[in-house]
Amino acid sequence: MPEASALRTTALNSVHRALGAKMVDFGGWDMPVQYSGIIEEHQAVRTAVGVFDVSHMGEIEVQGPEAVRLADFVTTNHVAKLKTGQAHYSGLLYETGGFVDDILVHKVSDHHYFLCVNASNQEKDYEHLRLLNKFDCKVEFTSDRYTQLALQGPQARATLQKLTPVDLGAIKYYWFTDGALCGTPARIAHTGYTGEDGFEIYVPPTESERLWNEVMAAGREFGIKPCGLGARNTLRLEAKMALYGHEIDASITPLEADLGWIVKLDKGEFVGREALLKQQQSGLKRKLVGFEMRGRGIGRDGYEVFVDGAPAGWVTSGSPAPSLNKNIGLCYLPAAQARPGLAIQVMIRNQPVEAVTVETPFYKRAK
Amino acid sequence: MYPEKFKYTKEHEWVLVEGDTGTIGITDHAQQELGDIVYVDLPKPGTKLEKGKSLGSVESVKAVSDIYAPVGGEVSEVNGSLAESPEKLNEDPHGSAWLVKVKLSAPAEVNGLMSAADYQAYIGAEK
Repeated sequence: MPEASALRTTALNSVHRALGAKMVDFGGWDMPVQYSGIIEEHQAVRTAVGVFDVSHMGEIEVQGPEAVRLADFVTTNHVAKLKTGQAHYSGLLYETGGFVDDILVHKVSDHHYFLCVNASNQEKDYEHLRLLNKFDCKVEFTSDRYTQLALQGPQARATLQKLTPVDLGAIKYYWFTDGALCGTPARIAHTGYTGEDGFEIYVPPTESERLWNEVMAAGREFGIKPCGLGARNTLRLEAKMALYGHEIDASITPLEADLGWIVKLDKGEFVGREALLKQQQSGLKRKLVGFEMRGRGIGRDGYEVFVDGAPAGWVTSGSPAPSLNKNIGLCYLPAAQARPGLAIQVMIRNQPVEAVTVETPFYKRAK
Repeated sequence: MYPEKFKYTKEHEWVLVEGDTGTIGITDHAQQELGDIVYVDLPKPGTKLEKGKSLGSVESVKAVSDIYAPVGGEVSEVNGSLAESPEKLNEDPHGSAWLVKVKLSAPAEVNGLMSAADYQAYIGAEK
């Protein structure tokens, strides 16, 4: 039997425990699922500011004269179009067009790309890149060099600005800069996974606890709350952001997942391109679509979806939406039916419960 | 925290026996583990419950969990206020947020359940 200690921990594990967080095994990581409560933490991010320890996320760096060629060969978005200091969301695919992972690609310099990848996929991603690296560049697994904190919410910038000389207002959305945070070198990215404004910060693990405390102190006047993976999930779902293992996995392509916008078929050869072209020509069989429950209940991950009394698909994520006072979800349906306004039934504990497909994202912040 | 007059199950329900009536609820530990509760599904009055079988479910933001009958019997009363205010289960699980009352079919069944002290030792060990 593996001991509890076999779980991997972030540098902030003892801080979470001291805060009384409820800890869970999240893909082999001992992570906080909630501190004060998922709904309260969710609302803190929507109305004020919340801080998440997301150090379980992995980092992989590609460096060398042909770094851009490898990055473009293994991902779906167009890396060569990134400017230094810019980042984008992208897919890492198999030849079949299915996802190895969904990732963020940051251009640090012409010869250096910084990839932020999912915790439970990081070793697989690293092997995948290494195997495909026929270019003049090296791939380095650097996860243990970073603690990653996400500051999210309308007061995230005001909180963070107290701790850095970097002009945060000058960092456009999906851009980043390397600067100092409380005197420590930090990569500060204007990115997030909540549908709210915010920043993701990469700092040396040795400074984790001090910086966490500084962030908490700086955010106190705004009502900052530490937030766990529970709120992270409800926030990302309202914003219709994909979660690996739910909306996407090795059997799902970006076209099916409604992520066509991260696929640049005309950028040249990349892994998975042939499969996507073929899928585009022959037409999609299934597609991701949002739904709202009409009947009483929550359509949860893995529940079957029926249309006109016949099995038609499955729920990938489902939850109460604290910002909307509705029960929402995402599901796969035959492509022809994956459009808003369709009456569907979600099988909840062997009972069909009425729901309707809707436009997404479910939540969009006022700008 | 855990009333002495209740009996407890390993699945984190409690029952209070008064005469031939048992009042059933979930424990404070259970509500803490579940987090924010958003739905409670309960049987209708007249439903026959069998000890150890599911009598309904509670659903939190994160997950849905079965509630198991700590004792057998016929449901005589249902706490209707939980349909409107399921969050009461987070606030007062040992009091106003009781779930159902049953007319016990075999009152001796309660003898197999844990005392408050045993239950506290049990959840302490579970951690």
